[in-house]
Amino acid sequence: MTRVLIVGAGPAGIRAAETLVKAGLRPVIVDEAARAGGQIYRRPPEGFRRTARTLYGSEAAKAEHLHATFDALVTAGQVEHLPEHSVFALRNGVAHATGPNGLLRLPYDRLILSTGATDRVVPVPGWQSAGVYTLGAAQIALKAQGMALGRRIVLAGSGPLLTLVAAQLVKAGAGVAAVLDTSSYSDQMWGAAGMAAARPWVTLRGLRMRAGLGRLYHAGVRLERIETDANGPVALHWQDARGRWHETPCDAVAMGWHLRAETQLADLAGARFQWSADWAQWLPQTDALGRAGPELYLAGDGVRILGADGAERAGTLAAHAVLEDLGQPASGTAALLRRAARLDRFARAMARAFPWPGAQVRALPDATVLCRCEGITAGELRGTVPMAGAEANRVKSLARVGMGRCQGRYCQLAAAELIAGQAGCAVAQVGRLRGQPPVRPVPIAALLDAPEG
Amino acid sequence: MNGRLLRLAEAERPALSFRFDGEDLVALDGDTVLSAILIHKPRLRQAEFGPEGRAGFCLMGACQDCWIWQEDGPRLRACSTPLRAGMRLRSAPAGDWPA
Repeated sequence: MTRVLIVGAGPAGIRAAETLVKAGLRPVIVDEAARAGGQIYRRPPEGFRRTARTLYGSEAAKAEHLHATFDALVTAGQVEHLPEHSVFALRNGVAHATGPNGLLRLPYDRLILSTGATDRVVPVPGWQSAGVYTLGAAQIALKAQGMALGRRIVLAGSGPLLTLVAAQLVKAGAGVAAVLDTSSYSDQMWGAAGMAAARPWVTLRGLRMRAGLGRLYHAGVRLERIETDANGPVALHWQDARGRWHETPCDAVAMGWHLRAETQLADLAGARFQWSADWAQWLPQTDALGRAGPELYLAGDGVRILGADGAERAGTLAAHAVLEDLGQPASGTAALLRRAARLDRFARAMARAFPWPGAQVRALPDATVLCRCEGITAGELRGTVPMAGAEANRVKSLARVGMGRCQGRYCQLAAAELIAGQAGCAVAQVGRLRGQPPVRPVPIAALLDAPEG
Repeated sequence: MNGRLLRLAEAERPALSFRFDGEDLVALDGDTVLSAILIHKPRLRQAEFGPEGRAGFCLMGACQDCWIWQEDGPRLRACSTPLRAGMRLRSAPAGDWPA
């Protein structure tokens, strides 16, 4: 039987697995979490009691359906599920993973990567302090642990998650001090028109959620700095759309600017990348079904930031591509592609509504920490550009930005923006950091114990 | 300062005892190591390259900010490790370990 390996058990990975099982295959699905579902449909540990409606709001039925589908596949033995495993390298048709019992070698004939996304963040002076988190972190703390990140939380950034997390926290009784959006009302109006044309109900739901935030919400802000003491944040300093200064007391900050595709495994697998002006990041290239190379298929937010609905369809389509390439085409591909095109239009309009704050990044003071992992400042990075030239990997080797333990996941887009600003070129010309295995930390002891090969 | 995190829901779970930097603490079954510590403390560890404390950042295993130590040596990623009763955790390596 053809060995299909799926990396990531979120909406895309689960639908890919389901589709392959229907065609008689038994895929292996590796996932970092203890329970499948991905991030947006993340499940709390066993024994938690809140209802799906409380956890997932309007998306509760979709989340429950996805979880039930996957649990049924596992119970029936139709997929091999490897939870709590991280794939850290890919080479010659073998995925190398690390998990609770050490290393695992997973040979495959075809590979579907559905690795999702993380928050796309930009540095704000003070963000290296304890108590500053991503928006995704605020949502995970609430959803998977029933906790708030602080007693007075400022949410900042832009994108759909900003409004969603704020609304979820307010509803759960958390203390939200302010919701600060760097996107202007005019950008949002242009974007919202396109979003409403593609998905009117979803757009309306977002607007109603936003309206519910009332006076907590501010558009078109500029974030100046996070004031901290020895324990963490004490205030966020910001400027409103009319230029007035504000100081909002807080003990936690959660921030994010839409999402950044998690592409390091796609890079190791040989996918080709293209700069996406829409999403202001490098994304792997695929055909309409998700083919990215020989025996390589990509699906979900790790390819294009379409959100959970788009990821479910992309997962099914990637499985269709696998089946087509095996000579057993599935039916319904054309209808799925039409639906995917509508989600794509919606997502592109959303990216226009909540743009990457490039100008704010370029204006960061030299003393701002750019790389949280190793405390490297914007000024230190700028200082290397005359020697390194305007190329991301050469700047990395001189400044170490991107060499820390997150491997550039949270600094490389801001770093590219700063390099471009210093060199006076477009950010796309700076290039992208090459992925390097291991893409997740692996204990040396595990590698020493591993069999040759 | 009290703990950084605040429990809003799901408080009816069995209690688990553990130790952090020599202090006996109690959290709930189902808490991650990160949650269990930050319910009581403002930080997990000190930054290696700056004066500030660290308390995790992404909570989804991507940023690697929340690695802490165990008394018997191996490190763990606090956001993705469930708390177990009797864990003996440290914010820094023990004195007889190379930094």
